[in-house]
Amino acid sequence: MVLVYIEIHQGEIKKSGLEAICFAAQIAKLKSSPLTALVLSNSDSLAGLGNYGVQNVLVANQNIDGSDSQNLCALISQVAEKNQANYIVLSNSSIGKSVAGRLAVRLNRPLVSGVNTILEEGGKLIFRKSVYSGKASAYYTSKNDKAIIALSPNSISPSKSGDSNATVSSVEIAVQPSKIKLLDRNLVKGKIPLAEADTVVSAGRGMKEPGNWGMIEELADLIGASTACSRPVADIGWRPHHEHVGQTGIAIKPNLYIAIGISGAIQHLAGVNSSRKIIVINKDPEAPFFKAADYGICGDLFEVVPKLNEAIRKFKSSNS
Amino acid sequence: MNFLVCISRTPDTTSKITFEADSRKLKEDGLVFILNPYDEWYALVKAIELKEKFGGQVDVIHVGNSNAEVVMRKALAIGADAAFRIDIEPDSSWEVAKYISDFAKTKAYDLILLGKETIDHNGSETGAMVAEFMDLPYISYCNKLDIDGTKATIAREIEGGTETSEVNLPFVLSAAKGLAEQRIPNMKGIMDAKKKPLDIIAVDKLGSDLELVRFELPPVKSGVKMLAVDDMDALIKILHEEAKVI
Ligand SMILES: Cc1cc2nc3c(=O)[nH]c(=O)nc-3n(C[C@H](O)[C@H](O)[C@H](O)COP(=O)(O)OP(=O)(O)OC[C@H]3O[C@@H](n4cnc5c(N)ncnc54)[C@H](O)[C@@H]3O)c2cc1C
Repeated sequence: MVLVYIEIHQGEIKKSGLEAICFAAQIAKLKSSPLTALVLSNSDSLAGLGNYGVQNVLVANQNIDGSDSQNLCALISQVAEKNQANYIVLSNSSIGKSVAGRLAVRLNRPLVSGVNTILEEGGKLIFRKSVYSGKASAYYTSKNDKAIIALSPNSISPSKSGDSNATVSSVEIAVQPSKIKLLDRNLVKGKIPLAEADTVVSAGRGMKEPGNWGMIEELADLIGASTACSRPVADIGWRPHHEHVGQTGIAIKPNLYIAIGISGAIQHLAGVNSSRKIIVINKDPEAPFFKAADYGICGDLFEVVPKLNEAIRKFKSSNS
Repeated sequence: MNFLVCISRTPDTTSKITFEADSRKLKEDGLVFILNPYDEWYALVKAIELKEKFGGQVDVIHVGNSNAEVVMRKALAIGADAAFRIDIEPDSSWEVAKYISDFAKTKAYDLILLGKETIDHNGSETGAMVAEFMDLPYISYCNKLDIDGTKATIAREIEGGTETSEVNLPFVLSAAKGLAEQRIPNMKGIMDAKKKPLDIIAVDKLGSDLELVRFELPPVKSGVKMLAVDDMDALIKILHEEAKVI
């Protein structure tokens, strides 16, 4: 059996969770084995996971907080053992990363984290991940055909594979009282977490001052993007720290990354070079970012961005 | 209070990455290796700050061959008291974590720290594994830590926000930006580091079930297509047809 653990956020299956399901379904298909999903809380959409290849959904209705990796590991590993799961898939989120290593130890099997693709070579499942800050890929396989796989967000586009309902049942597993006491969880409201965003508009020191960010936010709103920034901009407090992308910030791989007034230093590129399409707006023709871009506009952002916003508004109104 | 900081050695970010002919090993000639920044700037410095406040000892540990001794000496120069090198070339984070936890079990550490990830494999795997081998709580991506008696209050980064929690020592943490400020080793530190102990520990190879099939360099980008600065139509077309965001 293949087991996938998915995170539920405010009653909804997270996008990264759906990606994990579809990835697990690929493994299940290659192994001709059933797919079971494990969740921590009930959600209306669980039966519908059948459309994505899940046969059974197990709801662990107990008060485990996903951020307590000890308890989450106890839960997942016991379910995995009971159901003889050879492959366990989770998303490479902060929760996934904290528990994946534990599972590898507890269940004594290899972990491949940050996986973005699966292939089959000579009857073996091979998992690809990006290494050296996006400068290379590594391919791994498990010698005993058992593994923990932590899927990198935005690696696959979830798609339905059928139309049947999954069976939803509950599971009771005894765990120890948590050793971690959660005091506070503060989520930026109404925004897609950067790591999961499909589209990202990012700006850097070329913006001159924090008051100029209105046009960036407007562009982001117009195209449904999350906003990001370069490190110096976060360091001097122009933008919140959680927007900082790059080697020392968040690594992202959206479908589209628009970089505005960012030079494209190697440490910045390290966090964004896995983006599928990159558009760069910079007034310096020598800016290193152009070398990493798909499309470039060499010009003053204070002219280009407002013009672009205007053009998008026009396009939208004539197409609505 | 005793601290163990797990340190790793990685190629500098600006390195050009190439592989040996069998595609299974990084070509090391010409590369500059550094102490993994997250281990150095945040995990190690935080441990030193805590030691300065509460007293005790900061040990650093590395699993790998003698090439790492340069970066281990750097950790000593920054302020660690003793260094331990497990003399084996590991093939997986599982092995690294096993050796580290076997070592740590022979001591009594109040806190085990490591960087949130290495900048080469970007795995973020070892911390959770060490915690599991030692049956300790694990808190990842910490950007703030206060200790009061045996109780620690921690802030950490999560997707789209932050989380604050409380846990009793001992535990394992992975360090992110904000946890401490980078320290540059001074001359005295560098001189002192030469006299500090760097113990080499021999172990048997464990092996693991993880097999590296190959490394691969990404296909070369086809090159940037420059658009005229006022050609909004072209941009709109890309956003609409290619990126499908409008
Ligand atoms: C160890 C280490 C880790 C680092 N980690 C990160 C990281 O994680 N993320 C990160 O981003 N950086 C990181 N950096 C910093 C990085 O090296 C760069 O300094 C930084 O990315 C530069 O930010 P920037 O592009 O916003 O600013 P700058 O380099 O100052 O670039 C500003 C750009 O804006 C352009 N510009 C200016 N005015 C205009 C205008 N009117 N119209 C159009 N374009 C304009 C300029 O041509 C220039 O290219 C790290 C550095 C080190 C040493």
